[in-house]
Parts: sequence; C-alpha cells; structure tokens
Amino acid sequence: MSLENSVGLVAPQRFCHNAPLALKGGGCLPSFELVYETYGTLNAARSNAVLVCHALSGSHHVAGIHADNPGNVGWWDNLVGPGKPLDTRKFFVIGVNNLGGCYGSTGPLSLNPDTGKRYGADFPLITVEDWVAAQAKLADHLGIDTWAAIIGGSLGGMQAIEWSLQFPERIRHAIAIASAPKLSAQNIAFNEVARQAILSDPEFHGGHYADHGVVPTRGLRLARMIGHITYLSDDQMDEKFGRNLRNGEHSFSYGVDFEIESYLRHQGDKFAGFFDANTYLLTTKALDYFDPAYAYDGNLSAALARAKASFLVASFTTDWRFSPARSREIVFALTRNRRRVAYAEIDCDAGHDSFLLDDAHYHAVLRAYLENIKV
Amino acid sequence: MTHGKLHGTGMNPLTAKERERFDFAVIANWIAPGEHVLDLGCGDGRLLRYLNENKNITGYGVEIDDNSVLGCIRNGVDVIQIDIEGGLSGFEDKSFSHAIISQALQTMHSTERILGEMLRVAGEAIVSFPNFAYRVNREAIAAGHMPVSEDLPYEWYDTPNVRFFTIVDFEALCNKLGIEIHERLAFDVFGQPVTDDPNLNGSLAFYRLARKA
Repeated sequence: MSLENSVGLVAPQRFCHNAPLALKGGGCLPSFELVYETYGTLNAARSNAVLVCHALSGSHHVAGIHADNPGNVGWWDNLVGPGKPLDTRKFFVIGVNNLGGCYGSTGPLSLNPDTGKRYGADFPLITVEDWVAAQAKLADHLGIDTWAAIIGGSLGGMQAIEWSLQFPERIRHAIAIASAPKLSAQNIAFNEVARQAILSDPEFHGGHYADHGVVPTRGLRLARMIGHITYLSDDQMDEKFGRNLRNGEHSFSYGVDFEIESYLRHQGDKFAGFFDANTYLLTTKALDYFDPAYAYDGNLSAALARAKASFLVASFTTDWRFSPARSREIVFALTRNRRRVAYAEIDCDAGHDSFLLDDAHYHAVLRAYLENIKV
Repeated sequence: MTHGKLHGTGMNPLTAKERERFDFAVIANWIAPGEHVLDLGCGDGRLLRYLNENKNITGYGVEIDDNSVLGCIRNGVDVIQIDIEGGLSGFEDKSFSHAIISQALQTMHSTERILGEMLRVAGEAIVSFPNFAYRVNREAIAAGHMPVSEDLPYEWYDTPNVRFFTIVDFEALCNKLGIEIHERLAFDVFGQPVTDDPNLNGSLAFYRLARKA
C-alpha cells in the first residue's frame, strides 16, 4: 500500500465498561469491552470527533497499518487520513469493533463469566440500538459529548441513523451511505439463506463449535459467497468475470470452470478463515431487526422526527442490495420533518461495494460535506 | 449583436453576474422571511444560498447533474439528487411555501407534469424563463438563424434547452392547466421592467402562479 496520506502505524486500544448493559432483545451483558482505534487528535473543544461505523464484516481497523501485520490495511483507508476526504488533520476519527464482533470486542468468542467457557451460541442477540448504546459508553469514556459526525456505509449507515434517534443531542452530522431504513423481504431472505448455510453445517454444533474444537467453515463460506453476489452489480460481475473460463475449456464436472466460481470460492475461503460464525449470525439478525419505523406503525417520518442532526445520504446507482430507492426513503422522511439533508445518487458500477471504493465523484462529495463541518 | 446600440439607450446589457443577482433579487422579493422553499434545477445552490442569506429561508434544492450536486454540497446547500422529470412524489402536498424553477423549466421535457407537481407541493410556484419571442430572438429567426442572446446564450447544437416557448405560449398553458397567474414581471436585457408588449420587449419573464380556486 502507498503510505502517502496514510495515518501510518496504528495500534488498537481497549475500553472496558464494568457495568451492566441492558439489551434491547432482553437480558443484559454484565460488562463488556470494545476494541477501537483512533486517528488524528481530539481538539481542546472536543468538537472534532468522528465515529466510523463498520458494516457486516468490518472492524475497528479503519485506517493505517498494524506494526505486526503491515499487509492488513484498514478497511476504509482510502477515506481516512491526512489530506483524505475524512481528514485526520481536522478530525479525530474513531473506529470501533461492535459488540458481538469477532475482532476483540466482547462477543461470542469471549469467555462467559458465568461458565468460564466461550459464549458461543449463548451470546445474546445484539441490535443496532445496542451497538449504539455501547458506542455511547465509549464516547463517554473518551470525553466526547457530541460527535461532529458519524459516518457509515450499509449497516454502518444504520448506526449513524440510530445515533441520531437515540442520542439526538450528541450527533451533529449523520452520514449514511448505501444504507436503508430497514431491510426488505428480499434482504432478509438473503440473510436467512446465509444463516441457514451456517446453522445447517454439521460442525456448527448448535453454536458451540469452539467447545468441539471445530469451525463451521462450509457454512460460513457459503454465507459469504451469497453475500458477495449481492454486493456486486450484475454489470460489474459481467465486466469483471463474464463467462471467462479458469482453464480455457469446459470440464463437464463440478469443479471450477468459470472465473466467477473461482472468485466466490476464494472469497468464501478467505472469510471462513477468520470470521466467527456466531458473529455472522447475530450481525445478520441485527440487520433484519433494524427498523426505527416499527414502533411508529411503519411511519418513518414519525420515527425520524426525533433526529436533530444534519444528514448526508448517498447511494449508488448499481446497488441493488440497498438500492437508491431505499436511501430516498430516508431522505424524504427527513424532508418531511424539515431536517437538513443532502442526498447524492452516485453513478458507480460496483454495486453495494461501491461505498468502499474511491470513485472520484463519491469522494469529492464526502470531502465537500466534511469540509463544511465546523469543529 | 449589441443590444445597447439596438435600443439606443447607451446602457450596457447586464453582465451574466449582474443578471444573476438581478434574477435572485426579483425572486427574493416574492419570498417572505423564514419561508420553506423548494428550488427545482437548483444548479450549484446559489439561489438558495442567496435566499438563505437575505430571507433566512430553509428548504431544499433539487438537481440531477452530478457537478451541480457537488457544488450545492460545497455551498452548504441541502440538495436532493433526483430526476424532476419523474415527478416530486417524495414531497408531501403543500409542504413548501414556494416551489421555484429559475430558468430551468425550458431544459425539461415534462413541462405540464412539473408545473402540476410544483403547485401540489407548494402553495405558490415561481417560474422564470427566457422569452423566445423577445425582439432580438425574432430578428434572428427572421434573418434565418436560431437565436443566441443574453438569456438564450447557447448555439442550437449545444443548448441544454429542450422546450422553446414565449410569454404568450406559457400563459396559454397555464390557462389550460387551471393555473392562475398571480403576478408577472418581464424585463429587458438591461434589467428594466417591460410593460409595453412584454412578449416582444421582454427577454426574461417571472411568474407567481397558483392553482385556480
């Protein structure tokens, strides 16, 4: 990676919250830990903090590199750094691994204090609301009363929205990219197929696979393959892979013939090698349950009436997982409340994954919006 | 062609910048302080910014062009990137005091639909457009050429305009659509109000429109 405009070497930090956290789905965590990284410097007025929320498979490692693993560049490194659109010379940027995650924050891989064994399937279901509540405890700890902005793509955007509802006074700008106010039936359907792939893996063992010393690799792999299909656009997949053959000929077998098969298997294998199946399950459930309008008879405008933040909403023309129409739902629910909102519909051919790319216009939009935020 | 000579007044036509300020002032004059407005085809948001600075308005701009959307965001203007040709269904009835379309109606195809939508979402619509029947434009046509003038500054082959209409035509359409004209102002290229035969002497027309009761 180019170290130009990089935040450079970063080290994860750990926040321990030694008090119970009640969860939306019932029950509570007696205590929890969050792993996070920071980039830039918190100013004296504590007015320049920006929270970056990750999506399904992301982590606290948003930018820069780790000394012990220089190849592991932060997942949104193209956005965050000195001189980059989310400029760390201006902002104090924080990435946090969410509750229930598998990168070091309290989650299914953590030890259950009641049993001394890993939580596994006993880890409670966590919601977007719970993530935000836990992030707020971290903000308290860091002395951040009000975020200059909270930014996220996809599921990360939902967290930005949720912040504006749960803590309207603590967020000045919400930036929701390639996001949605709730999942559609089709979205839930894809999640359910992914979950079934994991749940039906013989090595899942009711979620206590760690106790058996195994991992439901096949299930996770399938879940990731399904996910990947929905992250890319039809056109982009065609352009990138088409019907290209791996070995130049049809093998008339169930081996890998087409490049797309090879790509999906590779993505699946890679993911199954490091991601935790229980985290995948609970994260997809968190996605499914997120629906701020649910308590308002489906009226999103009524649900967003509490929000006080200014919003930037952005979508991508070829994103069919969270299509532009889903972003427009957010936008018009905000305009009905006369909230400040700018909406950009970005022409990018990479589907849902576009939010992670550095398309020039997309980044110009983010840069322009972020530059106008007063700190 | 030189309009100063044409009119023999010795005045120079307003520069593009002066004309923009002039247009903004005409529209601002119809907006009450603190109004909630919608600006269709808002460009880089300059009008909304002007109205915000001078009339303390709130509201949104609507644009389809990427660079204009980016310009709005740079200007701190709340822009919604949607295609106006598809209607304004995201906006509720009568949710704005004014819906404005400033010299952009002629660049859109669905003229009737847009006028209808403006008067659905707002109590009053403000429309400004270049008058195709302005004397200089007529002279160009009479001389065998498509007009290129201060308010129609494009060559026929690179114009963003897709609808060419006159003050008389526009008023006939309003009548057909059941739209009442609350007020009309026409100006020449010097920014002077025109009352004598505006369809001939007016280069730019401004309207306040409402639904007929």
